[in-house]
Amino acid sequence: MQAQRSVGIVQRKYFTFAQDAPMPLDSGETLGPITLAYETYGQLNEDRSNAILILHALSGDSHAAGYYTPNDAKPGWWDDCIGPGKAFDTNKYFVICSNVIGGCQGSTGPGSINPKTGKPYGLNFPVITIADMVRAQRHLIDHLGIDTLLAVAGGSMGGMQVLQWMVSYPERVRAALPLATTARHSPMLIAFSEVGRQAIYADPNWHNGDYYDKTPPNTGLALARMIGHITYLSEESMHQKFGRRLQGRERYGYEFETEFAVESYLKYNGNRFTERFDANSYLYITKAMDYFDLSNGHQRLADAFVNSAHITTLVVSFTSDWLYPAYHSKEIVSALTAVGADVTYCNLQSTWGHDAFLLEVDTMTHLIADFLDRVVRENGIRLPKPVVEAQAVSK
Amino acid sequence: MENNSTISNLRPDLQAIAELIRPGEKVLDLGCGDGELLQYLVANYQVTGRGIELSEDGVLSCVKRGLSVRQGNLDEGLGDYPDLSFDTVILSQTLPYLDDIELIFNEMLRVGRRAIVSFANWGYWRCRLSFLLTGRVPVPPGLPQPWFDSPRARPLTVRDVGEFCQQHGIRITRQIYLQGAKRIPVRRDKNLRATVAIFELKR
Repeated sequence: MQAQRSVGIVQRKYFTFAQDAPMPLDSGETLGPITLAYETYGQLNEDRSNAILILHALSGDSHAAGYYTPNDAKPGWWDDCIGPGKAFDTNKYFVICSNVIGGCQGSTGPGSINPKTGKPYGLNFPVITIADMVRAQRHLIDHLGIDTLLAVAGGSMGGMQVLQWMVSYPERVRAALPLATTARHSPMLIAFSEVGRQAIYADPNWHNGDYYDKTPPNTGLALARMIGHITYLSEESMHQKFGRRLQGRERYGYEFETEFAVESYLKYNGNRFTERFDANSYLYITKAMDYFDLSNGHQRLADAFVNSAHITTLVVSFTSDWLYPAYHSKEIVSALTAVGADVTYCNLQSTWGHDAFLLEVDTMTHLIADFLDRVVRENGIRLPKPVVEAQAVSK
Repeated sequence: MENNSTISNLRPDLQAIAELIRPGEKVLDLGCGDGELLQYLVANYQVTGRGIELSEDGVLSCVKRGLSVRQGNLDEGLGDYPDLSFDTVILSQTLPYLDDIELIFNEMLRVGRRAIVSFANWGYWRCRLSFLLTGRVPVPPGLPQPWFDSPRARPLTVRDVGEFCQQHGIRITRQIYLQGAKRIPVRRDKNLRATVAIFELKR
C-alpha cells in the first residue's frame, strides 16, 4: 500500500507552437513562437480521460518526479506525491507537468532568444500573467490530444494556475486541487514580491535585465530567494529546524560573519538558487503572481466561478501558513459553494508554514488519493488496463 | 465498494434520521463527524450529500469514505450557501456544542426546505434522578464525556427545544423518541422517558 516507488528515469520533452500566429497575452502584447518544456509520467488510458496536469510554484519546473540520470542526487520537486502508489498514482493516472512561460527551465522566457533580434529577450520579453501561463498550457494539452483533464493540481502559484484553469477552461476540467493558495494576491504578498524584485534591481550586475553575456545578478537573486525562503517557513518550524544554534562554532564571534544556523541555511539556499534560476524570470513570474486576482472585473469572487460549478474541487490550507493563510482558501471555498459546486476543504494542522504543501506528505497522500478515487468513481473513468490486472493479482 | 453500512449496524438515532430521508434528496449534514450517516445516505438513498465538520480527523475520514465535506465552524453560520439549496439539513447530536442556537436554526431553515435535528435529552428520568441524588451534572446515555472533558456548551431537554421552536415560529412536523435503541411512543411523558429525540422542523 505504502510502496514509495519512483517513476524512475524520466525525460524532459519540448513542444513548440505559435510559430505562425503569436499567442495573444493579457497585456495586449503577443508572444511567439513559444516552447514549453514538459514531462509526463504513467500512461494515458484508452479514452484519454485519466490525465492530471500538475502546476508548479514560483521556483518549480517541469521536473516534478523521477530522475534524469541514475546518479541524480535529487528527484523531481514533487516526487513525494507523484509515482506508483503515491498521491498522484502513476499506475492509475497520466501525469503531466510543464514549465511556465516566463520560466527558465526550458520554456520560453526572458532568457530565451528573441527571434526578432537573435539575442535574449531580457526586459523585451512581454509581461505575462497567470492566465497567459494557463493559455500556453492549454496548447500543450491540445497537442497531447487530451480533451478533458481528470484533474488540475498545484500548490502556491501552482494553485493560482489551478484556479485559472477552472475559470478559463472549465469545460476541460473535471476536478481541481488548489493547495495553499489564493484567488487574489494580497498586498502583503505583493510587498514581499516587490522586495525580492528590488534586491535584483539593486544588483549592479543586473544591467536592466541585459546581462546574458555577462556576470548575472546573482547577489540580488540570492537575496530575493532568502527573503522568499523566510516567508515559506513559520516561526515554529524555524525554532524546530534551527533554534538559536550556531553554525560550525561554539561561541559568538562578535563579528559580522555567518554565525547562526538559520543565517547559514538562508545563504546556502540563496546561492544554490542562482545556479538554477534566472533573475529576470524571477521578476516576470513574481509580477504575474502580483497581477493575479480572479475577482477582478466581478462584483464578487463567486461570479468568476459561474461556469465552474461542475468541477469537483479539493481546497487545502495549512494552519501555520501565514503567507497564504487559511482565510484565502476559505474565500475560494465560499465562492465555489455559492455557485453550488462540490467542494471539499481541509485546513491541515502543520507547523511547516507555507512549505507544508510539499512536506506534509502522509496526510496529503491519503487526502489526495481518496479524493481522486471518488472523482474516478463518480465520472466512471476506466483506469489503464495493466493496473487492473496488477490489482487482480495482488488480491 | 464501501457499502458495508447496513441499516442494522447504523446507530439507532442515525437509523431514525435515515428513515426520514427520501431517496435522491440533496442533504447537508452539519457536524457530520466521521461521515457514517452521510455515507449511509449516499449509498442507500442515493442522496447528493455534503458535510461540514470541525475536526481534521473527521474531515479526513469523510474524504476516505468518498464524501464531499468542508472543514468549518457552524458558529460562523452557513453564509455562503444559497437559500433553499438543500432538501434537508441535518444536525445530528451537535446542538449542545453550539454557541448560537438561534443562528443555526435560522440558517438550517434558510438553506434547507426542512431540518432534522437530533439531540440527547437531559430530561430523561435517570439524568434527573442522578442530579437529585448525587448533585453531579448528569451525563445522558450516548454522550460519554464528563462535563470537563468536552466542548459541550449546554445541557438541554425535549421540553427546552420544543419551547424554543414554538417561540421562534418553527414547526415540529415530526418527532421520534428513543430510549437507548428502543422507540418509545410520542406521549406526555416523552421528556421523562426519551434518551434521544429526533425532530423534523419546518418554517
